[in-house]
Amino acid sequence: MLLVVLEHDRGAMDEAAREALTFGRKLAAQMGAPLHAALIGADDAELVSEAGAFGAEAVYTAVHDVLSDFGPEAWGEAAAEMIRQLNPGAVLAGGSERGNEIMAQVAARLDLPMVANCLEVDLNGGAGEWAITRQQWGGSLLEDARLVSERPLLTSGLHTLAAEQAEAAVEAVAQAVEVDLDPSLARTVVKDRVVLEAGVTLSTAPVVIGGGRGVGSPEAFAPLEELAAMLGGRVGCSRAVTNNGWRPHSDQVGQTGTRITPEIYIASGISGAIQHWVGAKASKRILAINIDPEANMVVKADWAVIADLHEVIPAITEEIKRRRA
Amino acid sequence: MRILCCVKRVPAPGAKINVTDDGLAVDASHLGFATSPHEECGVEEAVQITERHGGEVTVLTLGPPEAADQLRYAASVGAHHGVLVATDGSAWDPQRTAVALTDAIRGLEAADGPFDLLVFGNESADSGGFQVGVRVAYALGRPIVNGVKGIEVDTEAGGGVVRARREIDGGFEVYELPMPAAVGVKEGINLPRYPTMRGRLASKKLEIAEQGSDAEPGGQSLVRLHRPRETVTETVILGNSPEAAPAVVDVLEELGVV
Repeated sequence: MLLVVLEHDRGAMDEAAREALTFGRKLAAQMGAPLHAALIGADDAELVSEAGAFGAEAVYTAVHDVLSDFGPEAWGEAAAEMIRQLNPGAVLAGGSERGNEIMAQVAARLDLPMVANCLEVDLNGGAGEWAITRQQWGGSLLEDARLVSERPLLTSGLHTLAAEQAEAAVEAVAQAVEVDLDPSLARTVVKDRVVLEAGVTLSTAPVVIGGGRGVGSPEAFAPLEELAAMLGGRVGCSRAVTNNGWRPHSDQVGQTGTRITPEIYIASGISGAIQHWVGAKASKRILAINIDPEANMVVKADWAVIADLHEVIPAITEEIKRRRA
Repeated sequence: MRILCCVKRVPAPGAKINVTDDGLAVDASHLGFATSPHEECGVEEAVQITERHGGEVTVLTLGPPEAADQLRYAASVGAHHGVLVATDGSAWDPQRTAVALTDAIRGLEAADGPFDLLVFGNESADSGGFQVGVRVAYALGRPIVNGVKGIEVDTEAGGGVVRARREIDGGFEVYELPMPAAVGVKEGINLPRYPTMRGRLASKKLEIAEQGSDAEPGGQSLVRLHRPRETVTETVILGNSPEAAPAVVDVLEELGVV
């Protein structure tokens, strides 16, 4: 059995979990094994049936007092306990921040190797030796790795494949698993949550207006803000901008910031260094605005305007206003 | 406060990452090396905590002898002690790295007492295994939370707690870890300071405690590094002036985002 540990936040399935189920379906077929899933801290029928739509035949659920909210140690121990009881041939999670963290907790507890952010996994004939291609440098570089393990613990590279439901949905069978968890694991469970803004966020925005060093100052982001607001999107920025203190780090798109997935990313005054590209490349379309026609961002974009962003962005805003009037 | 901060020496990324001919390492001949960004912020955070609460920061790294440069850099921005677990420069897998760091920390704690806080980077910029800090913390029995972008140490609350903030979509979560604790931090937790002249001079005098490790390789081994296949994009130039705005809006309308 291939076991996919499903990431969810208070009962809402994360896109990374759907990606892991999609990745896992192919891996399970290669292993000649059924695809099963593990739900930690939830047993909602909706989550179970969604896992079934992605091809999971069985969904094991673990519900316990210390799993009332996310906690890396409690989730890790719950997953490790399910693995001890269920003996899966391999375990997979989505390569999100939480997904990688849970799997690391599992790996530490079971003292097994863990391979993060995999793109391809090959059974190699199934003699306990696996050939894996995984991401380094946020995906700017790939590593072919050899894994020797009786039970591979893997995560799938975030946003490296599109989540797709199974051709034939399966009626997933839910099955509760008793996990005996020490109350002390509550020491790393979320204590409180603070919501700063409701609505669209950088990682979910359908439109992102990015600004780089070329914007020039914190104040010069105002036209980008106006355009973003008009399109129901968000402003993002490069590492140079946050390092200059022009924008908060939470606006940074990049390897050390947010990975965005908008319908269109309008990157203005951004050269497109590796660090930024890693966060931008999952955008469905990219439009670059730059005075340098050779800029990496321009070369990689679907469309480009080779001109000063300080003139182009307001002109776009005006054109939209004109058409809406 | 006794704080231990683990850092990794990584090639400083440029516009392109090239691989050495044998495919086993990043060709850093034109790039130079730096401290992995999350960990650079980890050092800054540790120094700021000791500036508020007193105490000392020990920086630990595992890597080639040249990784002493990263320890000196940490000293130049305020760290007090540097420890190097020297390797032959080959890439160590995450399990082996974690065992070696765990052993080194045990040794340091046996000699000088326990650390109140262990600070790791969420993941290294290069190999990005996303697990070393968690493995070390687990082996040492310390609570750990990753993705941390804010730390507040409260020495008054029952035995001392670390309040850690972690970003979520549209807000943040708060964790409260009893000390001794561990955190995996991310860039953005602070804006690291630049070394002062005085700091640079002090770092030259840093005495680096060097040790080896007999940790055995784990189950994952590097076969070959390679660059991903680049998809060639035909960039359509919509214009060379603000006059291109209508063409841009046409594109936005076509995508249905206006």
